[in-house]
Amino acid sequence: MEAVFLQLLNGLDKGGAYALIALGLTLIFGTLGVVNFAHGALFMLGSFCAVSLQKVLSMSMKVRDESVTFFEAYKEVPYLEIWFGDAGKALIDWTVPLALLITIPIMLGVGYVMERGLIQRFYKRTHAEQILVTFGLAIVLQELVKAYFGANPIPTPAPEIVSGSAHVGAWFGLSDAIVYPWWRLIYFLFAFAVVGAVFAFLQLTTFGMVVRAGMADRETVGLIGIDIDKKFTTVFGLAAVVTGLAGVMYTPVLPPDYHIGMEFLVLSFVVVVVGGMGSLPGAVAAGFLLGILQSFASMTEIKSILPGIDQIIIYLVAVIILLVRPRGLLGREGVMED
Amino acid sequence: MNMKDNILVLIFGAVILTMPLWAGIVGAGYPDLLQKFAIFGLFAIGFNILFGFTGYLSFGHAAFLGIGSYTAMWSFKLLTMNAIPAVLFATAVSGLFALAIGFVALRRSGIYFSILTLAFAQMCYNMAYSVLTPITNGETGLTLTATDPRILDAATTEGLPSTELFGMGLSGYNGFYFCAIILIIGFYISVRLYRSSFGLMLLAVKSNQNRMKYTGLNTKPYLLSAFVISGMYAGLAGALMVVIDPLAGAERMQWTASGEVVLMTILGGVGTLLGPFIGAIVIKYFENIFSAFNDAVLNQVFGFLPDFIQGIWVSFASLFVGKGWHLTLGVLFMLIVIFLPGGAMEGFRRIAAKFKKEKEAHSAGGAE
Repeated sequence: MEAVFLQLLNGLDKGGAYALIALGLTLIFGTLGVVNFAHGALFMLGSFCAVSLQKVLSMSMKVRDESVTFFEAYKEVPYLEIWFGDAGKALIDWTVPLALLITIPIMLGVGYVMERGLIQRFYKRTHAEQILVTFGLAIVLQELVKAYFGANPIPTPAPEIVSGSAHVGAWFGLSDAIVYPWWRLIYFLFAFAVVGAVFAFLQLTTFGMVVRAGMADRETVGLIGIDIDKKFTTVFGLAAVVTGLAGVMYTPVLPPDYHIGMEFLVLSFVVVVVGGMGSLPGAVAAGFLLGILQSFASMTEIKSILPGIDQIIIYLVAVIILLVRPRGLLGREGVMED
Repeated sequence: MNMKDNILVLIFGAVILTMPLWAGIVGAGYPDLLQKFAIFGLFAIGFNILFGFTGYLSFGHAAFLGIGSYTAMWSFKLLTMNAIPAVLFATAVSGLFALAIGFVALRRSGIYFSILTLAFAQMCYNMAYSVLTPITNGETGLTLTATDPRILDAATTEGLPSTELFGMGLSGYNGFYFCAIILIIGFYISVRLYRSSFGLMLLAVKSNQNRMKYTGLNTKPYLLSAFVISGMYAGLAGALMVVIDPLAGAERMQWTASGEVVLMTILGGVGTLLGPFIGAIVIKYFENIFSAFNDAVLNQVFGFLPDFIQGIWVSFASLFVGKGWHLTLGVLFMLIVIFLPGGAMEGFRRIAAKFKKEKEAHSAGGAE
């Protein structure tokens, strides 16, 4: 029971990341009908927003170390700490949450430029060509980041206050031994909040209503006299933001390197396919489902029966779903069918 | 197969076999690179039989490459250092895997097919890294050891053996010729396929599968055959890799390696006979040239510029060379897909058409 509970928890944060990326991917796919292989690169750009902010905030100068009296010693002290003392220190500590604020405008801009500059030329081309050009774009973005930040993973720690673990077990009256890192708990809640916000945006605002109508029947909405292309550009930006935020928040869990996007890209496509192409709730549900399944598959009890299952479970599920339920879990009729 | 095709194959063969003589002029005259040309050319030609002829975009062909490598390696370890059995086994085994994977994946088409092949390839890759370590030797990669059983020729070799072909060593140019001959055979087969009624059927599937089905034709066997053939080409290429350099690692099964062969095919011209091979050569050639560049070389090349311009230009250009070669590749690839979807072959055709038009205009002008 306790082991099951722990695995459930373990699956949630990864599931949250999958769900957010798949949500962005589905938004793009459902509205624009474009298969975006550069989506992993957006995730990576998001996480490198956090890295850049950390670089900027912790710019430092050499200062004489007063605590060493025998000889002249110098230490690096960030400017912020020199200027603002403890407040500056706290600012550096809170890099990752602060990065969320700068990521939103940056990713909105990136999404806008990407859609206007490249994707819009590919609406009428085949899916294969869309895959190819966005794959090329992903390589370009990835290599640019590598050229600037280097190839090694860059650690970006979470704020000090949430660096420990929560005694989750005690909250639910289970063993006190069940602990879970605070940050991953926060990640899960964050993912939940973002998903909620996106759904609320689509369901409750006029803009969202137009977008949903456009997803259902683009031409008719255009005939009514709504400039649907403009709305869809915004949606692309929104999808980029969602994915970028997922990337920012994931940096304390996994130090980002330039390649992180490619790893998530394959998984997120699998998630989208399992959830059903073009279905937003499907993408979210499948994201959490696969995250949890993966964490269960890595339990030693299960691994001893089926060795290696933890490595392939996600792909296996995807293959089975695609074959027995071609539309995915919650796929709509007529989306991407041959 | 008509006269024209025979001539094409003959010219192709002649160009490949004389490569060591003239490749030196363009700075590619060493066996390592020429071997790569032949192997990746073969891989791309095989990939084109699936993607180019039928339009099914597989993102999992690197898996077959890896399977071919491992099989050939085990043939070296267990049987003999002769390359012939290794190549045959690798082709057969990767064909079997392609049959199994293709049977499942071909139940869907379009992007679902791409994702299914991707999923299978990732499964193979992950398993090669984890549970299958006894077979694949995980991260270290599978290598030859002096204690391998090699039941057929263990008695005749001493120390750490090297690959051979009936007593002839396969390093350097020998290796190249071995790969080149297989490449020419592979090319010949692909031309034959293209011209056969089978190839015509595949092209028909590409242009409109539904219509083919309406006429009462079951397209599945044709697609599956194409998938298996192209998987066998990939396995063969994988086997050649270990014939040249007896080391098989799981990283060549990663999905980005599948992406590379897609790049080659697109760059050269998808669906054309020569295009994929040209794409493979262009990518491997420039990879080699560009990777060797560094800032010192750049400074030398652009030394004629005024100093401050040189500084800016060199730091800009150094993004694209050396380790940044992939950036060049990505940019090039995007430009090709955006502006020239037919790849290099379409480029040639357009240039040729332009010349022809100019000539016609000229002769028309002369007649007046």
